[in-house]
Amino acid sequence: MTAVATPKFEAANERKKSRRGFFLALPAYVYLSLFFALPLLSVVVYSFAKRTSTGGVALEEWNIDSYTKLGEPIVRDILLRSFTLAIITTVICLVLAYPFSYFLATRKASTRNIMLVFVMIPFWSNFLVRNYAWRVLLGNDGPVSRVTEGVGLGETTILFTPTAIVLGLVYGFLPFMILPLYAAVERMDWSLIEASRDLGATGMQTFRKITFPLSLPGVIAGSILVFIPSLGAYVTPQILGGGKKTMLGSYIVTQFLTARNWPVGAAVSTVLMVVMLGATMLYFRKGGRTL
Amino acid sequence: MGEEMHDQAGGPMTAAVDIQGVTKRFGDVVAVDNVDLEIADGEFFAMLGPSGCGKTTTLRMIAGLEFPTEGSLKIFGEEVGTLPPNLRPVNTVFQNYALFPHMNVLDNVSFGLRMQGKDKRESAHAAQEMLELVQLGGMAKRKPDQLSGGQQQRVALARALVNKPKVLLLDEPLGALDLKLRQDMQNELKSLQRELGVSFVFVTHDQEEALTMSDRIAVMHDGKLLQVGTAEELYDQPVNRFVADFIGQTNLIDATVFDADMIVLANGTKIRAPNPYPAGDKVAMSLRPESISIGHVDEVPEEFRATSLTGTVSDVIYLGHSHVYTVNVDWMPLEVRTNATPTSIKHEPGSEVAIWWDRRSDWVVPDEGHGA
Ligand SMILES: Nc1ncnc2c1ncn2[C@@H]1O[C@H](COP(=O)(O)OP(=O)(O)OP(=O)(O)O)[C@@H](O)[C@H]1O
Ligand SMILES: [Mg+2]
Repeated sequence: MTAVATPKFEAANERKKSRRGFFLALPAYVYLSLFFALPLLSVVVYSFAKRTSTGGVALEEWNIDSYTKLGEPIVRDILLRSFTLAIITTVICLVLAYPFSYFLATRKASTRNIMLVFVMIPFWSNFLVRNYAWRVLLGNDGPVSRVTEGVGLGETTILFTPTAIVLGLVYGFLPFMILPLYAAVERMDWSLIEASRDLGATGMQTFRKITFPLSLPGVIAGSILVFIPSLGAYVTPQILGGGKKTMLGSYIVTQFLTARNWPVGAAVSTVLMVVMLGATMLYFRKGGRTL
Repeated sequence: MGEEMHDQAGGPMTAAVDIQGVTKRFGDVVAVDNVDLEIADGEFFAMLGPSGCGKTTTLRMIAGLEFPTEGSLKIFGEEVGTLPPNLRPVNTVFQNYALFPHMNVLDNVSFGLRMQGKDKRESAHAAQEMLELVQLGGMAKRKPDQLSGGQQQRVALARALVNKPKVLLLDEPLGALDLKLRQDMQNELKSLQRELGVSFVFVTHDQEEALTMSDRIAVMHDGKLLQVGTAEELYDQPVNRFVADFIGQTNLIDATVFDADMIVLANGTKIRAPNPYPAGDKVAMSLRPESISIGHVDEVPEEFRATSLTGTVSDVIYLGHSHVYTVNVDWMPLEVRTNATPTSIKHEPGSEVAIWWDRRSDWVVPDEGHGA
């Protein structure tokens, strides 16, 4: 008797479970599709639209003019500059964060937590305010300049240069590199490192062959988390770069608000999204392989 | 008794591993306490003891994954105290195998050779050969997580052995395997060790495994090394209560030394038991269940009169090949194990019986639980 009834119970239970899962997820689904997916979709749609002479958007006339405009020298330079600065920022963050995360992950739990709080402290104040603080620091009569003048190196003039932008970006996004790296190193199986040493590998060889490959998901996650906001950064280039050399973020804002060329702004945004999507997919491919 | 001593005392050869006065402290915890130990070249050496007694710590110090707080540690005569693991002619099979998850089986096994600077083809070739030896030739391209526990264990073994270590350290390598696989692997390990002639230092807390596989066994307890010897020596001549109790099953009977030949049991019975202890010392007599005979009270043979007791059978279990009796002598129950043959008489619970044993089969140990 029970032998007959059991499969039905089981199936009913499975159904109930999956339905419960669906209801739990529903609010988030609705919210995301209304306020995230739809606007995103409209950006993509607008990028194929035509700009009317009054600065409006004509949805009837589909074209890829906005995308061809991305090939023009001015836009190309902006793209190139933004990518270069984002890559430099990411590499510097990685080089700074890896040893720190490794150090952090090998401390005892209480020390770790305190140090993690220190990593998070900058987030307690406004991003804009922190950027202005950097402007004061790097300014002509700021403390940094005073010191370099004091020791006879002359005035510091890095404010409003790409160097200042990179400094600001590294400062702003370093925690996004540290946290995933720390998580990756922290959950690594230390007996693998011992096994490597036991098999004759030096410390350096062990790092190259074992530690680094095993922390790769963290490296990729951190790099994406730093690269993407750096690429589209607006606040830091405006404040520390002085908006002199336009970057992608400023360009998009200009297209939407000043030039009133929504299709071009949308096209640049779409390209950015595709790049980010590609990077994220790379992460899941890599992450899925090594986890 | 020690007819086949493998230790190198006085011998011309240097010991594979020579540990003298080694202590390891972790803060307040003394994990290994003043241990002296010599392991011969080509020996299958087991380290046995309850959980937390310091087996792994000792092994890790030989491997160089932990450094001694005090003492000297030599491998083939060379002091290795703080030499890093990669410079020691020693490899380890870890308890959890510690296979590299991001490399396939072949890359795992050739790792050690590659690190020594051997070229890729040569390393891969040697690794493949070693994989054939552990019967995993067809698995070279798999990732560790696509293997069963037993197969992972063999990969770990191959990965260590391919480097031709002079000493192979194995930390409970069979702990995670089921009984059948365990027994198969015990045999394979043993024959592999004979074939290669490498010293194996094998940590286990399974005494049967230690007894069947090893040339010599070290028994540890609370960081101290209690006794080192062959299986027979440990079984027949334990140095104290702990070893007597830990190796096999035994009856430990409290007693007081009367003279060099006699001891007095709790109820005043004098028993013949040669011993080296001064009169009046508290001791315990270890009497293995299978070396006791049982019979009617008037059946005690003349020559065993001085090594006999009387008691009441309180329980009997039939195990097919043997009977296990619980015999209550005056003050304590004793276990007696006899062969069950068609002619042997079974003593029912409640019957008055005599038990006796050969005076060479009892063994007197000092009363303290943990030896010097
Ligand atoms: N890194 C460490 N820090 C502090 N104490 C440790 C450390 N490693 C081992 N110990 C302690 O040292 C003692 C011996 O540990 P060890 O791992 O050598 O035992 P074991 O004989 O291998 O036990 P098991 O059979 O459970 O594996 C234990 O009391 C343990 O708690
Ligand atoms: Mg252990």
